[in-house]
Amino acid sequence: MLWKNEGSRGAQGSSAERRGKKIPVRAAREVYDKVLPGATFVGVVAALYLVFVYVPNDAYQGPVQRIFYFHVPSAMATFAATGVLALASAMFLWTGREAWDRLAHSAAEVGLLFCSIVLTTGPIWARPIWGTWWTWDARLTTTLILWLIYVAYLMLRNFAPNRELGARYAAVLGVVGAVDVPIINRSVYWWRTIHPAVLRTREGGSGLGDPRMQLTLAVCFAAIALLAVWLLWLRYQTARTADAVAALRQQAAELPEG
Amino acid sequence: MLPLIWKDLLIEFRTKETLVSLLMLGLLTLLVLSLAFDPLSELRPLAAPGTLWVAVIFAGVLGIHRSFLCERENECLQGLLLCPVDRGTIFLAKVFGNALFMLGAQCVILPVFVVFFNLFPSLALLRLVVVLSLGIVGFAAAGTLFAAISVRTRAREVLLPLLVLPLVVPVLIAGVSATAKILAGKGLADVARWLHLLAGYDLLAVVVGWMIFEYAVEE
Repeated sequence: MLWKNEGSRGAQGSSAERRGKKIPVRAAREVYDKVLPGATFVGVVAALYLVFVYVPNDAYQGPVQRIFYFHVPSAMATFAATGVLALASAMFLWTGREAWDRLAHSAAEVGLLFCSIVLTTGPIWARPIWGTWWTWDARLTTTLILWLIYVAYLMLRNFAPNRELGARYAAVLGVVGAVDVPIINRSVYWWRTIHPAVLRTREGGSGLGDPRMQLTLAVCFAAIALLAVWLLWLRYQTARTADAVAALRQQAAELPEG
Repeated sequence: MLPLIWKDLLIEFRTKETLVSLLMLGLLTLLVLSLAFDPLSELRPLAAPGTLWVAVIFAGVLGIHRSFLCERENECLQGLLLCPVDRGTIFLAKVFGNALFMLGAQCVILPVFVVFFNLFPSLALLRLVVVLSLGIVGFAAAGTLFAAISVRTRAREVLLPLLVLPLVVPVLIAGVSATAKILAGKGLADVARWLHLLAGYDLLAVVVGWMIFEYAVEE
């Protein structure tokens, strides 16, 4: 009995210490909770103003070119999310810490969202400019396959027999997918390609001559990046809460009746 | 590793289930796709490479799924995991077995393909065997890794193709492109780029699967 009490006191002491250490983390969390939504709001409003009012029409493509300012940053956000997903999956397999799995899961959902934005804005632009909704160009095909892998990743988590196995299986797919995407890209690139290289053409020049266009693009990059980080942050917090609730449920179920 | 391969071969020799299902599924896919395209159209030869590879891949998905389904019955997978060997070795043995069965089915599917598409049965068509073998190894590696996962989930029949088909796109593209050139009378040197891609995919799929398989099978 005595030994048990001491043990429990020791455990309490260490948890209090841990709580002490956690205070700066919590403070940072509150800052993120306040700063990220505000900054994202300002960024997105500024981006909308610049895209729809400030920036001049493209000389050849007309107003439809404006969709580009959301399309390209969303594509970048997709690829960033893919990188986070791959890294977090590998780290989860390596360390087995749930935090990495939550990060991977959040990155997958955010990545799927921005990948969907890329795949919707692309055809809207392509129809008047290329004269076709869709073409089997390397980047389009790779993005579509990436989207399919994202969906498979989330479905795999849903269909897994339990939380732990779902996390491990999803991490396996995350790592394999990350290794595979460059090969997929190479194979479809050799297959055929017509996507425009706007930011950096092969000659080294840029398709965006006007400084106002460059400013708009830069602001859009910042806005979409903030939005992606904020969504990732929110999703991560939700996952943390969900795991905490599940753990509490588990504890409550193990309590004796009455 | 050899006893593990021998076990799969022995089961197959006694039941002949995997080989027969792979074969029939491959033939049926050839038939269905042949019916789907107008048999008298002049464009029909263009559909030939794709038809062959769709038959290979669809039959392969189901065949590999089966190979893990029978491990699941009577908890055979548990016994397999209790073997005093590395998980990677189990993976390599499974890939070898699955690739062998898929290649075995090709010995019949390829001649039927030649007949259905009215190709000239020359020795040059043996070049297709090189392309098919390279493609099947990579496909079997990716398929085996994810079959081990999907067989433990709900809706496993649906999940395996969903997981594997996007990941084997390079095999499909390289396989179809190389097959089209070979059917047009080109030699292996003309499709070297696609063969390199297939070989690179095989290497990567086998190595990554070998390293990561333990996470896919352990409880």
